Amino acid sequence: MIRNNLLITATTVFLGSLMAVPNARAAAPAIRIGVIAEMTGDIPAVGASCKNAALMAIKEVNDGGGLEVGGARRKIELCIEDNAGKADQSASAAMKLITRQNVLAIIGPNASRYAIPAAEIAETSQTVLITPWSTNPKTTLDASTGLPKKYVFRACFIDSFQGRVVARFAFENLKAKTVAVLYDVASEYNKGVAEVFKANYTKLGGKIVASETYTTNDKDFSAQLTKIKSAAPDVVFLPNYYSEVPLQVQQAHRLGLQCVFIGSDSWGSADLLKLGGKDLEGYYFSTHYAADSAAPVATAFIANYKKTYGAVPDDVAALTYDAFGLLFMAIKNAGKADREAVRQALAVLPGYSGVTGNMTFSADSRDPVKSAVILQIKDGKFTYFTSANP
Amino acid sequence: MDAKYILQQALNALQLGSIYALIALGYTLVYGVLTMINFAHGDVFMVGAFLCFSAAVLLELPFVPALLFSMAGTALLGAAIERIAYKPLRRAPRVSAIITALGVGIFLESAMLALNPYPKSIPTLIDNVTWTFGGVTVSSLQLLIIALSLGLMLLLDFVVYRTKTGMAMRAISWDRALVPLMGVPVDRVVTLTFALGGALAGAAGTMYGLAYPVIDPYMGIMVGWKAFIAAVVGGIGNIRGAMIGAFILGGVEILVVAFLPSTYRDFVAFSLLLILLMFRPHGILGKTRAQKV
Repeated sequence: MIRNNLLITATTVFLGSLMAVPNARAAAPAIRIGVIAEMTGDIPAVGASCKNAALMAIKEVNDGGGLEVGGARRKIELCIEDNAGKADQSASAAMKLITRQNVLAIIGPNASRYAIPAAEIAETSQTVLITPWSTNPKTTLDASTGLPKKYVFRACFIDSFQGRVVARFAFENLKAKTVAVLYDVASEYNKGVAEVFKANYTKLGGKIVASETYTTNDKDFSAQLTKIKSAAPDVVFLPNYYSEVPLQVQQAHRLGLQCVFIGSDSWGSADLLKLGGKDLEGYYFSTHYAADSAAPVATAFIANYKKTYGAVPDDVAALTYDAFGLLFMAIKNAGKADREAVRQALAVLPGYSGVTGNMTFSADSRDPVKSAVILQIKDGKFTYFTSANP
Repeated sequence: MDAKYILQQALNALQLGSIYALIALGYTLVYGVLTMINFAHGDVFMVGAFLCFSAAVLLELPFVPALLFSMAGTALLGAAIERIAYKPLRRAPRVSAIITALGVGIFLESAMLALNPYPKSIPTLIDNVTWTFGGVTVSSLQLLIIALSLGLMLLLDFVVYRTKTGMAMRAISWDRALVPLMGVPVDRVVTLTFALGGALAGAAGTMYGLAYPVIDPYMGIMVGWKAFIAAVVGGIGNIRGAMIGAFILGGVEILVVAFLPSTYRDFVAFSLLLILLMFRPHGILGKTRAQKV
């Protein structure tokens, strides 16, 4: 009897001591966060940047002892899935992360054509998904009602803003009177940017002299470019991915089409310069941030990334890092690792200043309000040219 | 629509047609001998482009050695695929062979993805000179591609119709059961056919890589399908038919874009090809074969 009492007392004391020092509760389970990245497929450079930045964001938090959630410090565990550059695999990766890995939230996919199907799964499974780089408006909108989705957010601006910025840049900065557009009609992103650009450029008073399309995986653009050449535009707008733009510009040059080429944020991969070389010198594109004129908050990230991976972080890396920043802040504000609580905290997140600038979310939209920059390709490097505010 | 615009588009069509022709020749050669559709051909073509890239960047070879390196590599690959994957199935139903070919194609894509998922840029191996005649631009590369595809077609024609090996190939396609009794080494001739097909894919991959210098592991799929369609349109199994089919497909694709909104391209191009096949189900130069029961 006495021995039993002793045992109980000892146990109580032991438990009590645990209660008194919450940080010593090593058993606080890690928070799982999922990442869906395009690690193989047609844009593997995007997936690699996303994964690199995700690993960096997680490491920083874990090295600092973990994320403070409701008074306890909890480590972060990363579950990375490759979507192989396929829409169906993006959806199944989201499903796997949500149901089997039981993640708190998902970061990615990046390209709109993969983010849209994954976003549908996240929305119906009531799990927060933040896409770093998907700029198509449809990603965060409900397809049937046209209202914002509840669980899908993004860390970047949207196509309509980008289309507007580039249209104004072509008309005002480049003083272009006529523009030709060539884009992939089978890809959501390219089509979205091209349509907004055309509408806004015409509204400003410019003239679209040719609007040509192709489909994903085409390598020969000679017919479209010959048509564009005969329309003699001042500027050609190519809102296409970094793996296609070099071919398009090279073929245009071979056909003797000499004018200014401009693009959108899908150009912003270091691989663009490796594939395109001198052909791209002097051209412009709109994007999310400029590594050479970043705010002080960003310089630490850039230096760290350079040290770890030996390369300047591109916009995908910067946006992925910011997506994690947004998510960590929302989890902290929510005070518990609960999907619904994190969603509510994220929806009303007050100003967050990240690598890609200041962002705010308003209650009636899942898209942050933030500014864009125009970069120029100069001496084989992306160089800051100007910026555009919303 | 002036004459120089039409001439420029015609040149574009010739280039695209030549590219399709280089790949279509390989499809038609294997089909002609074995009546087997080698769906892995498009991916052997992709490997050819990557071999050219390795030759140019890692070994720093100039154009002709790089072309030969790539052709030798894909010839070996073609022969190896035949020995490992197709030979055990030679007596199996034809569907099994087609499925195996598709499987080999996916294997090659995935292997290349595992080795290197990044698109690569092939350096300019030959100085590309462009000439402009009254607004029409012609490049030396364009002429080289057209000449090479015509040259290879003539060479293949010569091999198949003027050499002893070619005679053996034609004999095998005529009657596979009887030919071994005449002392024709069937296994060796079939392997040689695949090696020849592989070498053609290597040449096509190299030329394609020079014309469209961004290469990736998936590049063989779409262009492989289109070349296959070209071979069918021309009459699969017929070497000259493959060339004609390829130029028709390239021409139709370019002309649709030239005169209609470019969004209609695939829709109009493939509708035309379907209509053509309705009237000539065996292709333009294809012959109806009596089916033995």
